[in-house]
Formats: sequence, structure tokens, C-alpha cells
Amino acid sequence: MENLAAAEQSVERLSIDDSIEYLKANHSQAIKLDDRDGYEGVIVDSDMLVDIARVIRDELGFDYLSSATAVDYLGEGDHMEMVYHAYRSSGGGALVFKAQTDREAAEIPSLVSVWRGADFQEREAWDLYGIRFPGHPNLTRILMWEGFEGHPMRKDWREAYYEEEQKPFDSRWPGGHVHRAEEKNVFGKNVSYPPDIDLNRLMDTSEEAVYQSLGLGVDIERIMDKDGFETNELVVNMGPHHPSTHGVFRMLLTVDGETVTSLEPVMGYLHRNHEKIGERNTYLHNIPFTDRLDYISSMGNNHGYVLAVEQLMSLGRKYNPPTYRCEALRVMMVELSRIVNHLWAIGFWLNDIGAFFTPVLYFIQERERILDFFEAVAGSRMMCNYMRFGGLFGDLPERIKSVSNLTNDRVRDYNTMQFLTEMINERIPRTIDELEVLLTQNEILIERSMGVGILSAEDALNFSAAGPLLRGSGVAYDIRRADPYSIYPELDFDVAVEEEGDMYARYRVRVTELRESVRILKQILPRLESTQGESIWADGKPGAYAPRVPHGESYGRVENGKGELGYYIVSAGGRGGSSNPWRYHVRAPSFINLTPLGHMSKGHKVADIVGILGSIDIVLGETDR
Amino acid sequence: MYGTGLAKGLRLTLRHFVESYIDDLRYGFRKYHHSTDNFGIRQGTQTKGVITVQYPDEKIAVPERFRFVPFLIVEDDDHPTRSGKDWCTSCGICAKVCPPQCIWIVRGNDPDTGRPVPEPEGFFIDIDICMNCGYCAEYCPFDAIKMDHDYELASYDRTSHHIHDKEKLSKPNSYWRSIAPTRAYDEMLVRGTWEHKDAAKEARRGSASSRASSPQPAAQQAASAAAAETAAVSAAVEAETVATAATAEGATPWSEDDAKREERRRKALERKAKRAARGG
Ligand code: SF4
Ligand code: SF4
Repeated sequence: MENLAAAEQSVERLSIDDSIEYLKANHSQAIKLDDRDGYEGVIVDSDMLVDIARVIRDELGFDYLSSATAVDYLGEGDHMEMVYHAYRSSGGGALVFKAQTDREAAEIPSLVSVWRGADFQEREAWDLYGIRFPGHPNLTRILMWEGFEGHPMRKDWREAYYEEEQKPFDSRWPGGHVHRAEEKNVFGKNVSYPPDIDLNRLMDTSEEAVYQSLGLGVDIERIMDKDGFETNELVVNMGPHHPSTHGVFRMLLTVDGETVTSLEPVMGYLHRNHEKIGERNTYLHNIPFTDRLDYISSMGNNHGYVLAVEQLMSLGRKYNPPTYRCEALRVMMVELSRIVNHLWAIGFWLNDIGAFFTPVLYFIQERERILDFFEAVAGSRMMCNYMRFGGLFGDLPERIKSVSNLTNDRVRDYNTMQFLTEMINERIPRTIDELEVLLTQNEILIERSMGVGILSAEDALNFSAAGPLLRGSGVAYDIRRADPYSIYPELDFDVAVEEEGDMYARYRVRVTELRESVRILKQILPRLESTQGESIWADGKPGAYAPRVPHGESYGRVENGKGELGYYIVSAGGRGGSSNPWRYHVRAPSFINLTPLGHMSKGHKVADIVGILGSIDIVLGETDR
Repeated sequence: MYGTGLAKGLRLTLRHFVESYIDDLRYGFRKYHHSTDNFGIRQGTQTKGVITVQYPDEKIAVPERFRFVPFLIVEDDDHPTRSGKDWCTSCGICAKVCPPQCIWIVRGNDPDTGRPVPEPEGFFIDIDICMNCGYCAEYCPFDAIKMDHDYELASYDRTSHHIHDKEKLSKPNSYWRSIAPTRAYDEMLVRGTWEHKDAAKEARRGSASSRASSPQPAAQQAASAAAAETAAVSAAVEAETVATAATAEGATPWSEDDAKREERRRKALERKAKRAARGG
């Protein structure tokens, strides 16, 4: 009895297993252990989901909902499932809980009232899987437009260019007579619309019709009908083609004079259903596709994905973890990309708030050199495709060297380690110093960014914000420390954190992270020297091209430049596993970090909106997936 | 004092401006010369000056590992025995590892026997779809497909120019050795010969068979051995046809490898059957 009482008090610090025990003990009627092969966590009775979520958040202290996503188990139990990964902001592993529903008339209560961070993720699940979320304030499509028929991530939905369920396609070899998909699928003839959409409505170009028909959540009637007059409240459409949106992204503002009263982000213009492609692909095929998510830091994208798959592979018998040299190289590449990412983010944020291109070009000079290095090692500047399951594409070349091939080619030849050492010890630190001289004390910058776009710590957590956005709000949550992976536990670095939660705080967090990355890189160099000659593969030879991944689920997450990048992967198929993922989900920081954008923007001037968006640091390849 | 931060920033900008001239003076403008050293200075870690490159009057030569759309290696014209022959054995692995599935291979058949031969009849890559990932080159067991360095492929008409066929894809082995000398050397170390894997085997088999005075002509025997080798690689995934053809033929001399090969083939067929049963 006393034990129990003591446990009650420290419930917030229970281990994951004990937390599950606690849930089972107190809510046995609603909780079932997930005992499928290779699965973890609990399955919660749908009707009790919101209550249990509250218990998980308030009693057990899992205050950060990292990911909420759907899985379609067609043919594997024939149900839909929502999978939630909740973490404690103080660190540690995930409490995974799930809710199941029928495929027809799929319905699961919304968790927006518990974690507002579930907002966009539930809309995405509705859009792509057709699961309804009673209790959601604005359950509309988010990546597709409303004239889209069907829910494309469902296993029985087929794309216009459908060929086979899974790659490799049989038509490529041995009888591979080439054809183009569009020859068989004439453009314009491969589209269908849902029965209830009236295409003529799109011809009506009045302001009212446009905004109402698109169902974007702007209350146009209130705006138009105030006392029968048109008032000074106005709808302004920013984007999708706008230089400050860093891509094709749109914000629907209602403004009162110059002051923003509401903001609705509209996205999906770059949507290509990355996840559906990912489920057609084999595990290996997906690595270069992850490059195209956050194309500023493709090394980090690779890392998260291979970690997730390696987690699954480690469930099987024949699995060798990567060697130490391999891990050191991975960390080095990822930290270099973080530097690239933050230089880019700060530079373009400055562009947004008016310091046009002088600072960003100084930063791009250094970025160019880092990309030169990536190119020499991985073969491409941005689409690195460098990491493999259990290894890497290749070790460092001895020299960064080129051979003249085209006319007017100019040749370079450096020693790789010397190049790296000079970059890490001299150039990058110097650039960061210059960056600070240029900006940190700059009065214009300070006045422009302090106190703008404030997000409190509670809100940041509740909105599932991640990365510099979260840490700029005073939550010292960095996955490299909170839930460490690779060789980060043995590296010496601090988590950057600022209390104010405004644009300037986010800038400061990025600058500190730049310095911490350099600190990590300086520790990596001697590790590379001492492992010189060690293989990057555990058994000395490259991994197979079609590895079979054992049955189960895994969630691999890394601290990427823009925030927490997670991959949720389900491997189905028989006992032997499979070579294509059943479910491949990307928890995209750029996407989820937009959830609090409307909240942060309220009450600011239109000109500040671009700054606030820039300070979140999004990239549309990842937002829209 | 208000404005100090601003002034410091402006001073930095001015310094950058001045430094670019100092850098030019220091290297006496020779960094604009075209030799390796000088271009290396301009782009290197020590420079403080202007690093821009005036494309297309100047181009940065790409590093050896750089990958652009793939090409196929064919034997050099002056090769004594295999001149003009494809390195590709049409095993199909590159078509399988290709993420956007833009490689199309037609495997050739012997007109007399109808059996597959280890040479592609057709080979197509749709370079509009190719994502330059480099997998085909990385996983080709015969070093027959490599990533090119020529990135200037723009053309006016994509429908007629952007599906590269075998003729357009083929480049001589010496080209690969010239654009990526270090890598070609490393690959040679792994293969154990500068020659194609099969050519080396041919040579070995040739001398072995003459000693064993096999009833089969050496060349024919070598060819079928090559076919069997191709088959073994494919069988590891799923191909039953070639393997069946090669083993049912019975002419291939049994070696200790063949038991393993047979085992592999059996397993591949089992897997295939299982997959078919699952309806995958
Ligand atoms: S993997 Fe190599 S040998 Fe096999 S078909 Fe492709 S290019 Fe030819
Ligand atoms: S480079 Fe990649 S995408 Fe292009 S043909 Fe090779 S495997 Fe396919």
C-alpha cells in the first residue's frame, strides 16, 4: 500500500513500461497491450481515447505529442489505426498508444482539445486516410484540394499512373520495352471528381465565392456583413507565389487595417504523396526520396530514415549495427548540414525582414564549400543519398579531386582531411563570428524582431513545436540529449535555449546551435583520425540491395535543423518480413511547426508575418511532402 | 551608444569589399589563371576574395564521385578480344534497384537456341525520370553502368532526346577510367582485374578446359559459364527462367559452385511462390 502511495507521487517519472502498467491498472477496461509481433505500446478503446490522452498528459507527464498518424491495415486485420507517440519534455522514450476503427465510416475522437499539435496531423489523416475526427474544430482537407476524389493513402486507392502495388515493376526487365506513363494516361482523361463537387462553382470569381467554396475557414460573412457596410476588415491572400514564403505556400489573412486578426495557412501545392510513393518503394528506394523532403539538409533526412529501418532490422537475427567510424561520419555529415541549414535559415529570415542579400551571400559562400565537400564524398551537393542501412555509400575519399572533362573545366585538388580541418577550425567559426558582428547587436534587427511572434513555453509544447521554435520558447528539448541516438551521448555539447519565445530568441538559438555544431565537429575530427582504415560496414562489405525487414513497427527520430524529424515505419508481410514498407510516414517538422503560425501572428502587422514565417524556418518540400 | 552595432556591421561589409581586392593583389591575379593550383586557391579554404565562377566561360570540374545520368560501359575498340562488347550482362539488378524505375532492359535471346544471352538487346533510361541517385552504378555486380560527369544535357525536345537508348548510353571503358581514375582503380582492386569479370573467367576457363580436354569448344563453354554466372546473380532475387535454362541445359560443367547455385535458385523459387501465395 505504501509502495503504491509512493508510486502515485512519482507517477510523472515512471518508466515507459511502468507507465503502461499504471494505465492498465487504473483503466483496464479501456487499455489493451499491443502484442503484435514487433509492436509496442497500448491500444486504447476509441470511446475513451480523449480521457486516456488526458491521463497520459497530466498524470503520466507525457506533455509532448510528437506524432499522430494513421495506418490502413487492409488485408492485415482490415481496420484503420491512429498511432500516437507522446514524449516527456524532460526526456526519455515514447509512450505509444493507438486507437482503432473500421475502414468504412472511420471515426476516432479528436485529440486537439488535449494537444493542439494534433490539429494539422488529424487533418492530414482525414485528407489522406478518410478518418473523421469528431471534436476537431476545422476538419478540412489540408494537402489535397476539396475537389480531390478519395483518400489517397488508403491501400485500395490507386494513382493515375498505377502500375503495380510494389516495386520493382515486372515490366522493366527482362522484356523492358520503354514507354512513357503519359502515353497510356492521357492528361485530362485520368482525373475524376467527387460526385458532390460542382466545377462550375470555380468559375465564379467573386471574392465571396472564392473563399467560401474553398472552405478555408475564413468567416467571410462576418467580414462582409458588419452593420451592412463593408468594414475595414479585409481578406488578404499572401502567396502561393510570394518571395517570402520560401516556396509555394499561401497564407490567408484577415486584417483590420494593418493588424492581422486571423491567419490560415494553406499548403499542399508541392504535395506529391511522398508517403504513397514510399510504400510502393522498397526500403532502399526510399533513401534518395528522403533527400527531397528538406532539401537543405538531406543528410539529416537520410539519417532519420536509416535509423528507423535499422531499428526494425535489429529485431531480426542477421543484423550488424554500424561501425564506430560509420557513426562518426554520419554525425559529422549531419552537423555540417545543420550548419548549412541554420546559415540558410538566418540568411533568408534576414531577407524577409529587409536585410536584403548581403548577409545571406556571406553565409552562402561557406555553404558552398560544405556542399563541395558533400559532392566529393557523396556525389551530389544537395541530394546526398549518402547513408545506407548499417553503413554509408562510401568512406571519405583521400582527396577532394576532380578531373577536367568538359570544355572550360577548372580543376581543384585538396586533401580531404586538411580541407575539413581548415573548414571546422577556421572558416566556419570565423563566419559565425562575422554573423554575430553583423547581426546580434544590430539595432535595426533588434527592434524589428524582439517581442514579435511570441510563443510561450506551454503553447510551444502543446502545439508540438520542434527545433529552434521550441527551444526559442524556453523548452530545452533537443533529441540529441533528450532521447539520444548514434554517438551523441559521448559528445560534449550544450542544448541551446532562450526564454523569450520571440523571433530574436529563435535567431539566438540558431547562432548558439551553430557554435555547438562546430564544437561537435571539433570532437569528431580526432575520432575520424583514430578510426582511419576501419571499415564503414560491420562485416566489411556493403549491405544487400533488397534487405528483408522483420515484421514490426518503429519510429526513428532525429534532431534535424528544422526540428524533430521522425519516420514511422511498419513492416508487414509474413514471418520473414518484407522488402517494402507497409507504412512509411514522415513526421515533418516544417509541417507541424506551422500549426502555431496563426496563433503567433495574431495582432501583428502584415509586414511582420513574413518575418514570423521566416523565423519558423520551413521548407516546402517537407511541409507538403 | 545607439547605432554602434549597426556601425560594426557596416565596417564588416566594408572589410569584405576591401579584402577581395587585397586577396587579388596577394596572389597577383594568378588565381584567375586556369591551372589546378590557382583555381584551388580561388575556391579553397584560405581565400577571402571573390569565389564566383563565370559559367560557361569557366566551369568547376566535378569531383570523381559526382553523379549525373548513368552510362553503359562497352569495351574499348582496341581491346584484343572483346572490342565493342557490352560490359552489361543484362542481369536486371540495376532495373530493380532504380527508385523511380526508369531503367528498361530487353534481355537478348540466342536466335538458334532461344536461350537468354548475357548481353542486353535493348537498354533504355528515361533521363527525365532518373533522379541521379547512383544506385544502378553502386549495385551493378559487373561494373557495367556508371554515373556520368557530363551534366550539359539540355535539349529543345524532351520527347525525342530524353530517352537514352543503348547507343546513346554506351561509352568506352577508357572514358570511365579517364573521368574517374581513382574509382576505376578501386573497382579494379575489388574485381581483381582490369578486365570485365567474365573476360577474366573466360581466360581461366579457357586454360582449364584445354587441360581437361572437354568435348565442348572452349569459347562456347565460356559463354555458357558466363550465362550461368549471370543467372546466379539474377536468381538471388527471383529470376527462374535463366537459371532453369542454364542448368537444364546440362552442358555446364559441374563445379563446387553449382550446388550452391542450385540451392540459391531453389530458395528464390520458394520465396517467389510464397509471395505469389500472399498475392503480393
Ligand atoms: S546491373 Fe549491370 S550488368 Fe546488370 S543489367 Fe544493370 S548494367 Fe547490366
Ligand atoms: S541513377 Fe538512380 S534513378 Fe537514375 S537510372 Fe540509376 S538507379 Fe535509376
